[in-house]
Amino acid sequence: MRITLKVWRQKNTQDKGNFKTYKLDNISPDMSFLEMFDVLNEQLVRQGEDPVHFDHDCREGICGMCSLYINGKPHGPKQTTTCQLHMRSFNDGDTITVEPWRATAFPVLKDLVVDRTSFDRVIQAGGYISINTGGVPDANEIPIPKKDADKAMDAAACIGCGACVAACKNASAMLFVSAKISQFSLLPQGQTERKTRAEKMIAQMDSEGFGACTNTGACSAECPKEISLTNIARMNREYFTAKVGSDNV
Amino acid sequence: MKLDSKIPGGPLAEKWSKHKFNVKLVNPANKRKYDIIVVGTGLAGASAAASFGELGYNVKAFCFQDSPRRAHSIAAQGGINAAKNYQNDGDSVFRLFYDTIKGGDYRSREGNVYRLAEVSVDIIDQCVAQGVPFAREYGGLLANRSFGGAQVSRTFYAKGQTGQQLLLGAYSALSRQVSNGKVKLHAREEMIDLVMKDGKAVGIITRNLVTGKIESHSAHAVVLATGGYGNVFFLSTNAMGSNVTAAWRAHKKGALFANPCFTQIHPTCIPVSGDHQSKLTLMSESLRNDGRVWVPKSKEDAEKIRKGELKPTDLPEDKRDYYLEERYPSFGNLVPRDVASRNAKNVCDEGRGVAKTGLAVYLDFADAIKRDSRKVIESKYGNLFDMYQQITGENPYETPMMIYPAVHYTMGGLWVDYNLMTNIPGLYAIGEANFSDHGANRLGASALMQGLADGYFVIPYTIGDYLATLPYEKVSSDDEVFKQAENDIEEKIQKLLSIKGEKTVDDFHKALGHIMWEYCGMSRNEEGLKKAKQEIKKLKEEFWQNVNVIGGNDELNQSLEKANRVADFLELGELMIDDALDRSESCGGHFREESQTEEGEAKRKDDEFSYVSAWEYQGENAEEVLHKEDLVFENVKLTQRSYK
Ligand SMILES: Cc1cc2nc3c(=O)[nH]c(=O)nc-3n(C[C@H](O)[C@H](O)[C@H](O)COP(=O)(O)OP(=O)(O)OC[C@H]3O[C@@H](n4cnc5c(N)ncnc54)[C@H](O)[C@@H]3O)c2cc1C
Ligand code: SF4
Ligand code: FES
Repeated sequence: MRITLKVWRQKNTQDKGNFKTYKLDNISPDMSFLEMFDVLNEQLVRQGEDPVHFDHDCREGICGMCSLYINGKPHGPKQTTTCQLHMRSFNDGDTITVEPWRATAFPVLKDLVVDRTSFDRVIQAGGYISINTGGVPDANEIPIPKKDADKAMDAAACIGCGACVAACKNASAMLFVSAKISQFSLLPQGQTERKTRAEKMIAQMDSEGFGACTNTGACSAECPKEISLTNIARMNREYFTAKVGSDNV
Repeated sequence: MKLDSKIPGGPLAEKWSKHKFNVKLVNPANKRKYDIIVVGTGLAGASAAASFGELGYNVKAFCFQDSPRRAHSIAAQGGINAAKNYQNDGDSVFRLFYDTIKGGDYRSREGNVYRLAEVSVDIIDQCVAQGVPFAREYGGLLANRSFGGAQVSRTFYAKGQTGQQLLLGAYSALSRQVSNGKVKLHAREEMIDLVMKDGKAVGIITRNLVTGKIESHSAHAVVLATGGYGNVFFLSTNAMGSNVTAAWRAHKKGALFANPCFTQIHPTCIPVSGDHQSKLTLMSESLRNDGRVWVPKSKEDAEKIRKGELKPTDLPEDKRDYYLEERYPSFGNLVPRDVASRNAKNVCDEGRGVAKTGLAVYLDFADAIKRDSRKVIESKYGNLFDMYQQITGENPYETPMMIYPAVHYTMGGLWVDYNLMTNIPGLYAIGEANFSDHGANRLGASALMQGLADGYFVIPYTIGDYLATLPYEKVSSDDEVFKQAENDIEEKIQKLLSIKGEKTVDDFHKALGHIMWEYCGMSRNEEGLKKAKQEIKKLKEEFWQNVNVIGGNDELNQSLEKANRVADFLELGELMIDDALDRSESCGGHFREESQTEEGEAKRKDDEFSYVSAWEYQGENAEEVLHKEDLVFENVKLTQRSYK
């Protein structure tokens, strides 16, 4: 295949950045999208040019590190991660535009690499069950209906990639945050801190500069792990109950 | 050098409780006077850092990814073992211990392995309490599956994403300690050297991957939880960033490297499709519970399949060779990984492999779908089947999957004693980074177990034994030893950047991987290993004269990151070859062609090789020195492994 790439190049956070065009011949349809970038980068290094920087690690669709905005869609045309996207999803002769995630809460560090530590800080605000190592009950002393366990698992499948934020015109992080809140609110272990958890995580989310949710559903439609919008509805309920019964009003 | 494993005396089942009673304790109020560095935030590192924080120590945690949650543990699919015996099928701590020792082909320590089996049950309790959504039965209790090398169902799982869920559990505990101020996170910060003073580990040097800044961090103890080094083969199932740098630089400062040649080649990976390939994808071994492995009986049929003239689904039963079921009737498709891998290689070498390359065998679910329905198979393996289809473009519900072995795990690693301390006082290694529990071959679902055992339940106790002997005041990061180390590192980086040769870092990494796979892969022999050693030496020399690393140090520079790692892989590769040469027996994943039974199975030589190889660095380009720790077996009888 022959491909023309329009790639966002930006030296660092301060730099303004601009698009650069590269042409690639001899791309195999069996290559993954990132392997196509490997080919480009090998070519650039041989010419003595700085390779295009992008985040990636597992290349199996599970670590959540890869993050490209391809032809106007986070992770490209398929509902999967960039590392699991293959060139067979494109046509010979295509021009492909590649940008970083764009959101105030995700500043660009270089080229296509962004800073997503805001997600970590949201989890640090309350995305856990406050128990220490040791001294916990036997695992089977907490029976959990399979239905609830399965639903919790579906919510827990979020890989923290940030595509939901990149997809949203308001750069809202509701889907990501609601997935964690849902996982715990569906499980008996999560009940004790249920109220404070929702309050704290949402407060942190707001302070990081993520936008409001206007229910367009773009997040879920682009989420590679198919995290469902019902999680947002559940989070809103949690938040409402928390506020009504809160000690912090 | 005398290697003291510090295994406590007394009966096997009492060693750990006795040891826990005997180790020195740090008074709760004094814990906050000690600082611990944890490098790595995978299962081992995150669980250790969180537990240290809970106990009151001050922790700095490092990882090279942008978030601790992305450590490579996230990719583990199949599950985690524990001797809970929830299935009432005869499991016990002793059986898990026995399976692990036998599975490791009697090249691990009884005391360590027994402890691992013992604390395995606590891990499951801990993870459930954290909210890890393990699979459950309709009655609400936990579900189990069976895994290779075991005849009981003791593997706990969370769909095909067990590692992810366990890591997110440990990450949540870690995040809680970050918010409590007990753990300080340093993401995108790579350890590039260990700093020592008076023979003790006192801190590390890191490179901030965003700014390039070289930084000194001092502490009372340093814990390496930096994962495995499978990427020395270039192609492996490890994440792209997985590397040996932290362990290797510690090795160059004096930490012994144990059993470097013990590599696990996993039997069920998606076959290589072309030169562009950047990594290999594992299909969880749990698939072997329901999939049947086969190749055509005749070379002619195999050739037709390779050319696309014959479809595998059209080949009648009597022309298929279900070679694992045939050769190993009692374990069948569930033989341990090394056995399954070697057999796949053999049938492909015979010309009966499938796929265009001839380097693949089938894993067929047709019978399972007929027996249990597609829905049941989908609920068990849905995400794995999707991933397979995504990558290969083929639908595994309709045509058999194709698989081939790939490098997956490294049993070797830094030598540690029973306390998980290396031979350098104050330097610990946990998780895949150490060599401790899996001998010459790791059983499925036991790496997650070991990582969490080390991090949650072993090192939080054993580290106190060392810290209690130290003064509260630590060596300052302004000390001369740190300055010296920073200078050395800066010099090395400048050297890499100044070469400006003709070849890319990947050119070298691929060439190294090729040598390692060819001569130090699924089967090894003296002649090949000797040849490999010469080739690696040449490659290393060329690297330092002809590599091209673009850009400078003071920026986000992925070429430089890679170059740094590949420089270490080149040195490690040579040591792996030395180790494979020394061990002229076959055991576990290490198959020496010179040492096999008449039936072509691996043949151990217990009289000569019942030892742990621990290598000591001697300086640039000098041959390393081998130290041997003899393995003592008091509770199991050494037998040739048989899975027939
Ligand atoms: C695809 C796949 C599937 C697997 N499936 C299973 C399974 O089903 N069951 C099972 O038991 N095992 C499985 N394993 C094995 C298991 O996942 C690993 O052995 C285990 O997770 C390793 O954990 P760890 O904590 O030791 O290291 P890792 O999770 O690899 O973490 C390493 C950490 O060290 C950091 N690091 C490394 N070098 C540096 C440095 N120089 N400076 C700073 N930080 C550094 C990284 O950032 C990372 O945080 C699987 C492995 C793979 C590859
Ligand atoms: S909700 Fe989906 S898109 Fe958002 S971070 Fe999680 S996995 Fe990514
Ligand atoms: S690289 Fe891990 S999800 Fe894409």
